Amino acid sequence: MTAALAARGVELSFGETPALRGADLTVAAGEILAVMGPSGSGKSTLLHCLAGILVPDAGEIHVDGRRIDILGEAERSELRRDRFGFVFQFGQLVPELTAEENVALPLLLGGVRREPALRQAGEWLDRLGLAGVQRRRSGELSGGQAQRIALARGLVARPRVLFADEPTGSLDSLTGEQMMDLLVAAARERGTTVVLVTHEARVAAYADREVVVRDGRVTSLSPDPVAS
Amino acid sequence: MSVPLTLLGLLEREPSHGYDLKRDYDTYFGRGKSLPFGQVYATLSRLARDGKVVMDEVAPGEGPDRKRYVITEAGATEVDTWLAEPVAAEPHLQTVLFAKVVLALMLDRPAERYLDTQRAAHLQRMRELTEIKRTGGLVDGLLADHGLFHLEADLHWIDITAARLDALRTQVRS
Repeated sequence: MTAALAARGVELSFGETPALRGADLTVAAGEILAVMGPSGSGKSTLLHCLAGILVPDAGEIHVDGRRIDILGEAERSELRRDRFGFVFQFGQLVPELTAEENVALPLLLGGVRREPALRQAGEWLDRLGLAGVQRRRSGELSGGQAQRIALARGLVARPRVLFADEPTGSLDSLTGEQMMDLLVAAARERGTTVVLVTHEARVAAYADREVVVRDGRVTSLSPDPVAS
Repeated sequence: MSVPLTLLGLLEREPSHGYDLKRDYDTYFGRGKSLPFGQVYATLSRLARDGKVVMDEVAPGEGPDRKRYVITEAGATEVDTWLAEPVAAEPHLQTVLFAKVVLALMLDRPAERYLDTQRAAHLQRMRELTEIKRTGGLVDGLLADHGLFHLEADLHWIDITAARLDALRTQVRS
């Protein structure tokens, strides 16, 4: 299998506090990988490095074989917009925008005209069982609805990689399961690579494989599909 | 799983033949391991001997499955009592895994690696159960949930133990 993402000896400190101390990780194309670990272990920092949001102090990050940690902010920003999708714990919808505008946002930022962007957003809302909330703003949505909208926003531009950081963390078990069912089904259908940061084993169980981050290093619990 | 009490419970719905009881047991409680006919009839015989069931409509010469079993009042009382009793909340204080961790620390073996191996095995089983939930029906999904919650509790214990290995090592080797 080919690697969609790779981290090699990644180190990053916040001031005097080391967050990553030589993290190594490979994610195969189309793989759903769960990144687990205790609070403060560095798992979210690792996700942010893989996604080009943070730049490591040392080590390398590769996306489809291209080294991205040496790119400038503008190039990394373009990469994030064109290749990556994101879902965070609290959805982080833009409160001034309606549900469908939030979903359409990555398309609009990528230069798609408003009408086709909203049409595609509407299709995703339908698919995720959100028909009828298109015009609502985030304050008028339940937590589960807001998180599904965040998922639609993360997937609407057909990203190569979806980064999900505790995507069910703000939801009850049942709503969280529905969210994971939708996320996994959409990723499988499109062959999207998923990096899923979670501290919940029930969420990690949706992934193909899991790694544990401890003290800034990665421990793989099962064979790496790229190496095997 | 108590087979006699489960069969009694199934009989409380309506009088049934052994074949129907086996079919329903396998459907709801078998989970891929069907109940042998021999065990069904042996259990029903014991229940009859103990006055929990009686037979009616025995059609001579048409084989054992012509016997229809009917629950008695004593049998119904037993089902009632059993259903109302809580299942023992087993604390599992001396699990095999606990023993392995303590011994590994005593013998200076890689306890953390053992815990990681166990964590991987638990997560693999959770993946299988999650797939059953995603693709199966409600009954299978709820049973899978039961397993998932237990495995998740084990994983919490594994996490907490992993975080306290140094302290535990000091204690068991002192």
